[in-house]
Amino acid sequence: MDFVDYYKILGIEKTATAKDIKAAYRKLARKYHPDLNPNNKDATKSFQQINEANEVLSDPEKRKKYDEYGKDWQHADQFENAKQYQEQSSNQRGARYTGAQSEGDFSDFFESMFGGSAGNRRGRQAKYRGEDYNAELHLNLIDAFKTQKQTLNVNGHNIRITIPAGIENGQTIKVTGHGGEGVNGGPNGDLYIKFTIANHPKIKRLGNNLYTTVDLDLYTAVLGGELIIDTLSGKVKLKVKPETQNGSKIKLKGKGFPVYKQDDAFGDLYVTYNVVIPTNLTDKQKELFTEISKL
Amino acid sequence: MQTENLISIDEFCTNHNIEISFISSLHDKGLIEITLVNKTMFINKDNLKQLEIIVHFYYELDINLEGIETINHLLQRINAMHDEITMLRNKLSLYE
Repeated sequence: MDFVDYYKILGIEKTATAKDIKAAYRKLARKYHPDLNPNNKDATKSFQQINEANEVLSDPEKRKKYDEYGKDWQHADQFENAKQYQEQSSNQRGARYTGAQSEGDFSDFFESMFGGSAGNRRGRQAKYRGEDYNAELHLNLIDAFKTQKQTLNVNGHNIRITIPAGIENGQTIKVTGHGGEGVNGGPNGDLYIKFTIANHPKIKRLGNNLYTTVDLDLYTAVLGGELIIDTLSGKVKLKVKPETQNGSKIKLKGKGFPVYKQDDAFGDLYVTYNVVIPTNLTDKQKELFTEISKL
Repeated sequence: MQTENLISIDEFCTNHNIEISFISSLHDKGLIEITLVNKTMFINKDNLKQLEIIVHFYYELDINLEGIETINHLLQRINAMHDEITMLRNKLSLYE
């Protein structure tokens, strides 16, 4: 665990006044506030550091303790016992941000010196709605093809969710009321689950349409015939037209991906033919090809 | 009209220790929607998060209402761009 220089984090001198600290905090908070930097984990981390620095330096008692023992934080516990320090959280408006995404932990350094307590982190006297939680769920393309139920464990609570077929890669769904508990009888926050859907080795997806490439032997491509291919909904028999060109595409209507939250609606499957030229020809085959080429 | 999905503005202001006039200013600027039921002002639960974000901006970061309007507009653009990036990434994966 390393020493954390709170003065450096806020970009101020050790002689900074309370006014300087407040001004530095405000300036940086505006820059790194999570609500101003959506989906930016670096900004959220910076913001937590700024909050932590402000929590210590804006409180005269904490600042005094930090200045005295900061670099020698290992002995902070002794200091704690000796003075029977009681943490008194500042309740002044604006002391620190309490927004939805500020649930990040204090550093180990802070915990060691001040014994971080979530209940005392709140700057505002009243908090109405609980915090929102964010989670990420990884699925493969086959999982996302069918509606399924999953049980997630969020902060010790099991939550059963239904994931509708057709969910998109990168899509976020909201599970209302499964975030942090509300305060003063307020509603709970929400749980936001972002889905990451892994690519399938053979089938690509774009929206509700699927794309795949299948090998087609030269003879079937030239003369026509039948071909059985694998799709996400099972095997499909294709009729191959004679003289099918390499790279040509066909569309299988309704054989694509399910449309999100629309029963019995599906996209299309596009199949591209990759005509495979035979190799290791026998003498007889070479002879026949030569004959054909002279016709 | 049912009020189960609505939160009284009086209650919100009491809990957050803010003036009702602040909420009215937000409404006047079109930053939030207010529902009137029996002469009592409510906001929809779905808009609560947005309102709390605005309260944080105003009271904790000292950003004025004009600034908040601008931020809201830019955040909407950022979110739209995030959606577009996700869509383009999905499209790009077709060629990987």
